[in-house]
Amino acid sequence: MPEISYRQAIKDALAEEIERDENVVVIGEEVAQYNGAYKVTEGLLERYGPKRIVDAPISEAGFIGMGIGASMLGVRPVMELMFWSFAYVAWDQMINNAGCVRYMSGGLINVPIVIRGPANGGTNVGATHSHTPENLIANMPGLKVVCPATPYDAKGLMKAAIRDNDPVYVMESTLLYGTTGEVPEEEYVIPLGKADIKKEGTDVTIVCHGPSVPVALTAAQVLEEEHNISAEVVDLRSIRPLDEETIINSVKKTSRAVLVEENRPFCGVDAQIAYTIQNKAFDYLDAPILRVSTIDAPAMYSPAIEPEQLPKAATVVDKVLSIM
Amino acid sequence: MSAKTTPKKRVKPAASILADEAKLPINKDLSKEEQIGFYRDMVRIRRFEERSLRVYQQGKIGGFLHLYIGQESIAVACASLMGDHDHMITAYRNHGHALAVGMGMNECMAELLGKATGCSKGKGGSMHFFAPDKNYWGGHGIVGGQIPLGVGLAYGVKYKGNTGSAMAFMGDGAINQGAVHEAYNLAALWDLPAIFIIENNGYSMGTSQERSSSHPKEGLAARAEGYNMAWENINGESLFAIRDGVGRAIKRAHEESKPTILEIHTYRYQGHSVADANAKKYRTKEEIDDYRKNHDPLNVYRLYLLDQKVMSEEEMKEIDAAAKKEADDAAKFADESPFPSVESITEDVYWEADNPDQRTSEGRLFFND
Ligand SMILES: Cc1ncc(C[n+]2csc(CCOP(=O)(O)OP(=O)(O)O)c2C)c(N)n1
Repeated sequence: MPEISYRQAIKDALAEEIERDENVVVIGEEVAQYNGAYKVTEGLLERYGPKRIVDAPISEAGFIGMGIGASMLGVRPVMELMFWSFAYVAWDQMINNAGCVRYMSGGLINVPIVIRGPANGGTNVGATHSHTPENLIANMPGLKVVCPATPYDAKGLMKAAIRDNDPVYVMESTLLYGTTGEVPEEEYVIPLGKADIKKEGTDVTIVCHGPSVPVALTAAQVLEEEHNISAEVVDLRSIRPLDEETIINSVKKTSRAVLVEENRPFCGVDAQIAYTIQNKAFDYLDAPILRVSTIDAPAMYSPAIEPEQLPKAATVVDKVLSIM
Repeated sequence: MSAKTTPKKRVKPAASILADEAKLPINKDLSKEEQIGFYRDMVRIRRFEERSLRVYQQGKIGGFLHLYIGQESIAVACASLMGDHDHMITAYRNHGHALAVGMGMNECMAELLGKATGCSKGKGGSMHFFAPDKNYWGGHGIVGGQIPLGVGLAYGVKYKGNTGSAMAFMGDGAINQGAVHEAYNLAALWDLPAIFIIENNGYSMGTSQERSSSHPKEGLAARAEGYNMAWENINGESLFAIRDGVGRAIKRAHEESKPTILEIHTYRYQGHSVADANAKKYRTKEEIDDYRKNHDPLNVYRLYLLDQKVMSEEEMKEIDAAAKKEADDAAKFADESPFPSVESITEDVYWEADNPDQRTSEGRLFFND
């Protein structure tokens, strides 16, 4: 299988879906002529023209709302947010309109929209540009939220998101765009709501998603090499729908769980996962569930310090050792 | 600046105000049946609203009830111009638009009562009626939030290569929302067939237009100048004047794919919602009486039809009685309808949860236990 970048994988997904379905359009700031702020859409304007690849002015509420309206008429817009941190400007549209219209209309109207773009910290861009809002969105019924961690997942999940008839919000990660991985040449789609075991193990379950996946994998390697502990790494891939089954089966096998995410701990995704484990696998647990999250403050700018604020593999290792 | 608006002074007597506009090209070939149809539609809206007010006072309707009484000419005139690819979307004061596009009184009244037979199965309530099969994309509760969606409908029309338009209605209070301005810009920038219709009833809740909007002296629609967009001021008293102005905007949308902002001057007799305890405090009784007596669009149209001998008093009474009976029957239908089941709370949240055989996700969990 060829190795391609996470960025390329997403672009390939967009291109294939644009070719497959004439209703798919890509809309966002700088997606067309500028080739994408993070170059995810590079070359697409040249290939598909301005009807399919559309530059929007800086007006997130306006163009995201417009995409939602167009999706009600059967267009399938893939909207790019230059950063997920800018989603708040369009929050009313994303939550009140995309999330509630189907319900309020008694199922008469569907909103098949994808909203995607980079989230997360780690690039020293300060508090306003480093948000991780997947927990906020996962709290809103009617919406789906997906956080791919590898090129393979990014391509397959993006294709599923575009074909989905509900609003799907895909959080990519700035730090992951340059990472590479194997992606098959033939077409595949990864259904939303299916977690992936990124590494099998028997002694402890590490649950993670998005940019915390490489952190967890590094920790698992250290645990194995230096402490002879076999960790199983469960990548959620999709926060909502959530694959409880894979998490529970893993915890039943290992009897221990450490949860890693880039959200802040207060009301984070992992709070939900911890509840799920104690609710459905309490009798299997041999130790308390521990969490590793971002230190609970707005994102630190200082390039020397920001890594300290984010989940670190060394912390994950320490937490695992403390419950063995 | 005064907190109260003064009614617009009209020079002509009510009976003749429509006579000139009736001669405009868009109106001059209207058949007798069509003219009677407009009257019937306006009467039906008014009787429905009056009936729902009574039902509300009986304590059967929850939450808000924003009545459209006084503004009926707008929804009826606009709906009368809709073709296959013309769409409508509006705010929470949406019963008039819903009935004008052809939604039934039964499903609307049942929705007010939160019944399973309601147009949104009891999940939307007064502010959220929808009928996509009638190109009616609903009432929306967040002030101004529906306007970008309206631009999206216009985008959809254009994307699919259809000749059509999207009318996006809002109040005079909504025009100060940022989302509305973003939507204006997108529509004008991308030549979308959007028609922004400001139903200016003078007030947003208890705040008069003077206290809420800074605008050019020509009025609220004139803000269009800043976006290089066409605009017009329209007298909402006259059904024919509205058809004329909206007709021009639809033509511009259909033929040039260009947007328009229209400001239609109108008035609401009731409070902002039925729960508006201050309804009479922020405006004078004289002001309300003057509008009701001299500017009521239904009455102005009625006098015109009599004057022109399109209809007799007798025929009007029949229409009125039929509309009252329809509203009474709807109230009865709504009363007798069942409430939604508790299980239905989690239906209509996700498309695929409701279509399990076609679902795209693996893993079950949309809902927590
Ligand atoms: C974003 C938002 N802010 C405030 C409200 C509360 N609210 C509902 S209607 C309304 C007044 C709006 O007036 P206008 O747009 O003139 O419409 P009208 O009621 O006159 O039809 C307000 C303040 C709301 N629903 N949404």
